[in-house]
Amino acid sequence: MSLSVQLLWLIPALPLLAAVVGTLAPRGEFKLSASTAIAALTLSFLLSCGALITALADPSAHLTSNFTWFDLGHGAVRLGWLLDPLTALMCVMVTFVGLLIFVFSTGYMRDDANAKQFFCFLSLFAAAMLGLIIANSLLLLFVCWELVGLASYLLIGFWFHKPEAAAAAKKAFITTRIGDLGLLLGLLWLYDSTGTLLLYDEGQGVLDPVVLAGLGGSTAIGLLIFCGAVGKSGQFPLHVWLPDAMEGPTPVSALIHAATMVAAGVFLMARVFPLLTPDALIVIAFTGAITALLGALIACAQSDLKRILAFSTVSQLGYMMLAIGVGSWVAAIFHLLTHAFFKALLFLGAGSVIHAAHHEQDIRALGGLRGPMKTTFVTFAIGMMALAGVPFLFSGFWSKEAVLHAAHGWGFSQIPFYAGLVAVVLTAFYMTRLVAEVFFGHPRGNGAAHAHENTAAMTLPLGLLAACTILLGAIGTPWWPWLQRTLDPEFLSEPGGAGLMATSIVLVALGLGAGWALYGRKLRQKSAAADPLAVIAPRAFAFLAARMKFDKLYAATFGRLSDTLAACADALDRHVWDGVVRLLARLGRFTGLVNREADEEGLNAGFDATSESIRATAKAYSRAHTGDAHGYLLMIAFGFVVLVFAVLVGGGR
Amino acid sequence: MSLSSLQLCLLFSSALFCLGLMAALSRSNTILVLLGVELMLNAANVNFIAFWRYGPNPEAATGVVFVLFAIAVAAAEAAVGLALVIAIYRHQKNIRLQEATRLKG
Repeated sequence: MSLSVQLLWLIPALPLLAAVVGTLAPRGEFKLSASTAIAALTLSFLLSCGALITALADPSAHLTSNFTWFDLGHGAVRLGWLLDPLTALMCVMVTFVGLLIFVFSTGYMRDDANAKQFFCFLSLFAAAMLGLIIANSLLLLFVCWELVGLASYLLIGFWFHKPEAAAAAKKAFITTRIGDLGLLLGLLWLYDSTGTLLLYDEGQGVLDPVVLAGLGGSTAIGLLIFCGAVGKSGQFPLHVWLPDAMEGPTPVSALIHAATMVAAGVFLMARVFPLLTPDALIVIAFTGAITALLGALIACAQSDLKRILAFSTVSQLGYMMLAIGVGSWVAAIFHLLTHAFFKALLFLGAGSVIHAAHHEQDIRALGGLRGPMKTTFVTFAIGMMALAGVPFLFSGFWSKEAVLHAAHGWGFSQIPFYAGLVAVVLTAFYMTRLVAEVFFGHPRGNGAAHAHENTAAMTLPLGLLAACTILLGAIGTPWWPWLQRTLDPEFLSEPGGAGLMATSIVLVALGLGAGWALYGRKLRQKSAAADPLAVIAPRAFAFLAARMKFDKLYAATFGRLSDTLAACADALDRHVWDGVVRLLARLGRFTGLVNREADEEGLNAGFDATSESIRATAKAYSRAHTGDAHGYLLMIAFGFVVLVFAVLVGGGR
Repeated sequence: MSLSSLQLCLLFSSALFCLGLMAALSRSNTILVLLGVELMLNAANVNFIAFWRYGPNPEAATGVVFVLFAIAVAAAEAAVGLALVIAIYRHQKNIRLQEATRLKG
């Protein structure tokens, strides 16, 4: 079964339909909403598989289906769908991971009063994300990009009655908006230079070689588009929203803030990779390296289960950006795909733990869950080893190797490569710490003490994801780089990475060993006990625990600036504009007063005098009306006599 | 000085008119005032007849017809006048014209 590119729109349309059904369903119709969402996404998954078959028939082709949205003065705004291996693989990944998370959510959100709404938002998110992936027009991509941001906002703030969740939603929305502004400017600039926003259009799209050659130095455009990716993918310096986004329900963290949405930025950069000039790539590579290192460092000192994973996501996204920057977008997509599976697995595992431990998220208060939650422990451990890069068996190792290999081969600088190596050690270290604290030892809190394994709706997705985490590595090994060749037919596998691989294995072992030495050998006894790392280097630990004080820095600079501007605007409004308005109002009153006086004293006085005189005349006449019939008769006779005399004197005429 | 028939008739009618006017102006009984008015009306009728009879075209019965109409109208007027008198009487228990001044505007 293959799916033609003309029907590609069905993939996002189905979840969108499910979202509409979910919205229209009566309140409390949790089952209807959830089953519609899952059914729609299952169909989308099957269609995506069909699309993948179509795409694999000719991996180097970019199948498009364009149409005119509406006509503008001298041109038309055109949109379209694009089908190539990148699109198809992303679609399969998003629908598959999404489906498992939907299923997991039926277990996790069962008791929530607004669960119906939750599935509606999830479907909306899936629709927007899939639309973003299949878009052949940067305009359509931008629209879906913003829709994804909206869905993210709604889902982070899903428990809006918690002030932290509402604040986190706002923070995520505003922070990503800063990046989106850059993206929008980049798109406008691009449209101004090329007159189109279609990616591929029979030689006329922005990524077609002819147009690319005509575009010339597009470093600024590339960097502006990268701004959007920085916001969405949580790169330094806009990474601050991602850890706070963990206030949302855990399936949301898994779906949006680990597996799919945050990967949208990486996907976008891979998509527009031909647009990026070497200068732009240097910026991207260093941003990625800083982010990878920063995220890993901060993750070492966090104590919230989900927040550790969030900073790990930041760090891994940094890896992907690093890979793009050093020119290997194929490695970035490989890491994106494997990361999507094992990070979804880790987050769902965390969700399983949190659900079982009655919403206890602090790793210091957990512990000892290895016994009661066997499935969760095993799958979580698989995810942890994939993330840490334990060699050979796990997909994370291969994709991370691909990224490091690409970074090692970069001609400009080796700094990103070394940053990546340090991050490898740190990743292995903090993941060991996490597993040791959560699953080993004995329970240190009420929640952990009464934890028990969850239902199949939650463990089944974990198992499937764990299987994928292991199997997915096979498609991108140096000996059989199927994925790389499919994505980029010109990809050359360079053998001879054995030394590098050995180095990174040693580094992973170092990280795991250090983690075990600090946290595993002597297990935590009380939840209030100090962290071993804090004992060794208290000030550094505090600095990292405060997330390197980025939030404080932003609050003190941009926040303060914004407050000042707001105060200025307020004062301006209150005193200047208000004064002008008041002055105008007073002027209006004065004019009205003058008008009234003129009316009363001028116009009305004339009419009053006239009617007064008419009344006086009438009074005089009425006085003549005595009612005395004799008087009247006499007057008539007198008048007659006068008339006769007049006739006589006047000569009868 | 000898008077023609027409002049005699006119003198007669003038006298009649003056009598009527005097009666209308001097009496206070409303019925007598109405009688005076009738006298004046008939003075006018005498004039009509005289001018018709001694006029250039006595064959056409124009004057007689006019007078017959005037008499008919006078009869109707007398009926209305007497009805008014009765109304005034009911109102003020007498028919003194001087006291019937309520109708003024």
